[in-house]
Amino acid sequence: MCLGIPGEVVEILVDRTDLAMVDVSGVKRAINIGLLDKDEVGPGDWILIHVGFALSKIDEEEAKAALEFLEGIGEAYEEEMQALLDSRIE
Amino acid sequence: MSTAEWAEAAVADHAADGERVIGSEHRGREQQVLDRIDKARRRKARVREERITLAHGAGGKATHTLIEAVFLEAFRNPLLERMEDQAVFTVDGVNGAGGNGAGARLAFTTDSYVVSPLFFPGGDIGELAVNGTVNDLAMSGARPLHLSAGFILEEGLPVADLQRIVASMAAAATAAGVDIVTGDTKVVERGKADGCFINTAGIGVLERDVTLGADRVRPGDVVLVSGPIGDHGVTIMLARGELDISSDITSDTAPLAGLVDTLLSATDGVRCLRDATRGGVATILNEVAVASDVAVVVDEAAVPMRTEVRGASEILGIDPLYVACEGRMIAIVDGAQAEAALAALRSHPLGAGAAIIGEVKADPPTLVLLRTEFGGTRIVDMLIGDPLPRIC
Amino acid sequence: MRFVDEFRDAAKARALAAQIAALCEPGRQYKFMEVCGGHTHTIYKHGLEDYLPETVTLVHGPGCPVCVMPMGRVDDAIHIAEQPDVILTTFGDMMRVPGGRGSFLDSNAAGTDIRMVYSPLDSLKIARQNPDKRVVFMAIGFETTAPSTAMTVLRAAAEKIENFSIFCNHVTIIPAIKAILNSPDLRLDGFIGPGHVSTVIGCRPYDFIAREYGKPLVCAGFEPLDILQSVYQLMIQLSEGRSEVENQYSRVVPWDGNPRALKVIGEVMELRPYFEWRGLGFISHSALKVRDAYAAFDAEKIFDLPGVRVADPKACQCGEVLKGVLKPWECKVFGTACTPETPIGTCMVSSEGACAAYYNFGRFSRDRVREATSIEITPAPVAGR
Repeated sequence: MCLGIPGEVVEILVDRTDLAMVDVSGVKRAINIGLLDKDEVGPGDWILIHVGFALSKIDEEEAKAALEFLEGIGEAYEEEMQALLDSRIE
Repeated sequence: MSTAEWAEAAVADHAADGERVIGSEHRGREQQVLDRIDKARRRKARVREERITLAHGAGGKATHTLIEAVFLEAFRNPLLERMEDQAVFTVDGVNGAGGNGAGARLAFTTDSYVVSPLFFPGGDIGELAVNGTVNDLAMSGARPLHLSAGFILEEGLPVADLQRIVASMAAAATAAGVDIVTGDTKVVERGKADGCFINTAGIGVLERDVTLGADRVRPGDVVLVSGPIGDHGVTIMLARGELDISSDITSDTAPLAGLVDTLLSATDGVRCLRDATRGGVATILNEVAVASDVAVVVDEAAVPMRTEVRGASEILGIDPLYVACEGRMIAIVDGAQAEAALAALRSHPLGAGAAIIGEVKADPPTLVLLRTEFGGTRIVDMLIGDPLPRIC
Repeated sequence: MRFVDEFRDAAKARALAAQIAALCEPGRQYKFMEVCGGHTHTIYKHGLEDYLPETVTLVHGPGCPVCVMPMGRVDDAIHIAEQPDVILTTFGDMMRVPGGRGSFLDSNAAGTDIRMVYSPLDSLKIARQNPDKRVVFMAIGFETTAPSTAMTVLRAAAEKIENFSIFCNHVTIIPAIKAILNSPDLRLDGFIGPGHVSTVIGCRPYDFIAREYGKPLVCAGFEPLDILQSVYQLMIQLSEGRSEVENQYSRVVPWDGNPRALKVIGEVMELRPYFEWRGLGFISHSALKVRDAYAAFDAEKIFDLPGVRVADPKACQCGEVLKGVLKPWECKVFGTACTPETPIGTCMVSSEGACAAYYNFGRFSRDRVREATSIEITPAPVAGR
């Protein structure tokens, strides 16, 4: 029920501006974007899709920040593991 | 306030079976519960429902229960008990392939096709009806010879549609190297058959000295798939038009006898072949795990799948491991012969996307485990319910 | 898949797991509840518990709207479907939920026309295509899904579609969390907060949990790394003695939620004085019904519902599992009388239910599986760090 997945907006439909054609891994469906601010959504934007509606626009800055945080943790971990390994070598 | 009688009955039923937790004090409580569950799963199959539901046709647990509890119970015989996709038997006194009077080993199978819609990207019910039965024969290592075709037609079906279906069957038969030698036609009133239902039965001959089966698998064996999974099921789902999803995926329906031949010529280490239809890859692996009492471990990252199949599955929340294919097979092969098997599959056009997806271990028996892409593990049980009715 | 695959990276998971382990105080047990059914599903589907130290336990809460549906409401839906010329539509998860007399699947076998749809808009389409039928959409879900149902009703009103109505079973998340917090049996250290519900209601509604109950809450995404990162953030808060609401899922969840969505819910629906939650009993102001202004689209006004309450079987312990007091395998009928194939309680029926998740994904002896799959588990916390 919580099922929401990210999809990329391909185009806003001409005759129904509350609908956008959205692509998820090569599969396309018309998604109702009536719950979003129309001015904020355009081709190339990523949205969260839930039961045929867009609930939210994906904030790419926040996504990038999240990934950078994870990257940072990953690097720190790699460094520690490396240090651990190095310290074992007599 | 009322109570749910069926629930009270189910609880009483299990209590009456006298299932008690048996185990030494040394086993943790959770393990005791797991043992109890294991026992419950091995209980004799029984159909609890009063009426047939769509779940009984999905190829998963309900289908298996129905087959065991109703059909196997009534028809029981050694050939049927093997519960393979086809029956293999020797006919004595007939000129066998060896030409020395030894009996011929024949393979015999049947399948019915109720797919909706009748026509879909990549094929139609006719092509499915030929390829599906050819494949069931091929999975035993047999060379498919002849098919029968029985039609149940709905009053009102356009004759042009029937001609199209039949033309597909003729083309598919030629491509598969078989002929349709006998058949039957019935017509039922409007509303009683949804266009067209087809049953095909097939006969093949085993010229090779192989005995394949789900019960022949051993620890150390390797699991291969002949190509990307889920194409057919997703195609049908999208072709139904109810979901308003468009994509380029087409059905993977194909005759696999040639691919099987290539594989069996390259290696003698093949234990079991199964084509992944209703219930998908997960169902086959569960059948094997139970029949051979082994564990099957699958590497999620190794399972080939088109990105569109992945996308459609994510949108709809279904697991591609359970989605039907119509031109893919699972091959379980002696570990030492894995590379040879893979090379053989890849050398054939229908096996270009083949991959090694897992291995067989001794423990824990009857379970199919998945090493997730993420690095954790989970169980892949047999399909419950029916996510996609009338797939094939 | 973008925004999905990056959050499934195993190497980063190991790094996060090591950080979580490092934050564990020796001898202390940590218990976090994840409320969302979707989180339960992810945790089991990806085998996330393999990544957490043994002292950190994830407990599954009542965030599965299918699981908390009382059997009597399922019976009411079947009653609607049995009326002449009715097509009942619903999400796939509901098809096998057993009511007092059986499930929708069983009901179809007896002759009703109950269909699976992906979206409430698909249901409206069926109504347009079948003007001689009465099409009813059984609306279920938390605040995540309510806006979509509401938009569909508005669309039906705008297009003057007269043969469409909804059977509204939407529930709200905050009362459910309150019921957990007030439950004496449960001792929790924090919450992995709802993800998609929060895109609608925002993060502010959870403030009271941190302020009044002193428990930290981190709104989490649905990919494995999202959940691990949320656990990490919870552990940081605990180690620093803080209890605040944080938003790990900030790429999707706006702090203030979606005002348009909230407005649309308010336009079409209003809170019921009380509603029965399976396993949790009656909770006040916890569910939505259709406003009088849209009575033409309210199946509860169009059809005469029996409204019978059906008691859970005595052996059913769903309530305790939903509250996180019992683990699935601790329920007496788990895996024997109650299996995914023959579910007695709703925790087993929905793929997001704790029992179904455990049975389908987690039911095995960890040691034997580790042997079989040669999984390298996170190293245990190193003493002195």
